[in-house]
This record gives sequence, C-alpha cells and structure tokens, in this order.
Amino acid sequence: MWPDPRVTRFVTETFIPARVHVKDDPEPFKRYSERYKAPWTPTILLLDANGVEHHRIEGFLPAADLLAQLMLGRARIAFDEQQWAEAERRFRQIVEEFPQTDAAAEALYWAGVTPYKATGDPLSLKQTAQAFTQRYQDTPWAKKASVWA
Amino acid sequence: MPINFRHDVDQVLKEAKTQQKSVLLDFSAAPM
Repeated sequence: MWPDPRVTRFVTETFIPARVHVKDDPEPFKRYSERYKAPWTPTILLLDANGVEHHRIEGFLPAADLLAQLMLGRARIAFDEQQWAEAERRFRQIVEEFPQTDAAAEALYWAGVTPYKATGDPLSLKQTAQAFTQRYQDTPWAKKASVWA
Repeated sequence: MPINFRHDVDQVLKEAKTQQKSVLLDFSAAPM
C-alpha cells in the first residue's frame, strides 16, 4: 500500500509522516500505542497540529481504499476545526474520485452534515438522505441518513 | 519515491505544532 505513488504523494504533501515499529522502535511503540490506545498493527492515526487524533485506520487496505481513508481523515480534521467549506469540498472529492470505496459512503454522509453545521439549514441533510436512496443503500451511512428524509 | 517516515515522534509533534501541520502516525509491524 505504501509504495503506491498516489498514496506516497498524498502523504508527503499533506502530513508529517511518522512511524513507530513494534520491533525496531519498542519503547516509542509502547508509549504511543498506550497514549493513543492503538494496540494493533497496522494502525494509522491522523493527528492535528496539536497531536489530537481525528481519524483512525486499522488493518490493511488496498491502495485506493487507503488513499480514500487518508483523504477522509484530512476532511475530518477540517470538519473538526470548523473549516466548513474546505471540509465539504474534501468530503465530496472522495465521493467523486473514489466512489467504489467504503470511505465514499461515509464521505457522502459528512458532506451532507457539513453545510448544515455551517448554516443551520437542514436542506443538505434532506438532499443527502435522498442521495442515499440512489447509492450506497446497503451501508450503515444510508441508515444513519435515513432519518433526515 | 518512498515516504520518509520519521521515527522521532516527540520531535515530529513539536514540529507539527510549530508548522501547524497534520501528522500521520503509523503503528507498524511490517518488515523494514
């Protein structure tokens, strides 16, 4: 997954990449796995500039799914920092560029939430519920959005 | 081009704060 050039480029451009290895970095691995409650490998955490976790990826993923999850994490950081326009744009980018990944349904959900958080107008929630009747119907995110219909 | 993973996480977190940049922290058991 890491050798994929799309993943490499995205990680290098977006994050400061750090790694603790269970055998090669035993002390930091123990310390940080306890601090972030991450006992399993592979686990990837996406942290903001203050070291606060915003997204977690546990277990192996193929390159496209991993990249979509990394993009989801970037969008979640923007969302949590109330950068609404950027967050919505990044969520929708995942749906457009990686529609076949599991991350796409989650991104569609949050792309609907974000305008509502920005404006208080529930229209985007209703539109998102409608969108889930056309795609990703069998996902948990469709169930969660169904209440907005 | 491989990812240049840093292993000095304490220093990475300090730099992230200074640069206001997000961090990817990988817990790995993969062969190095």
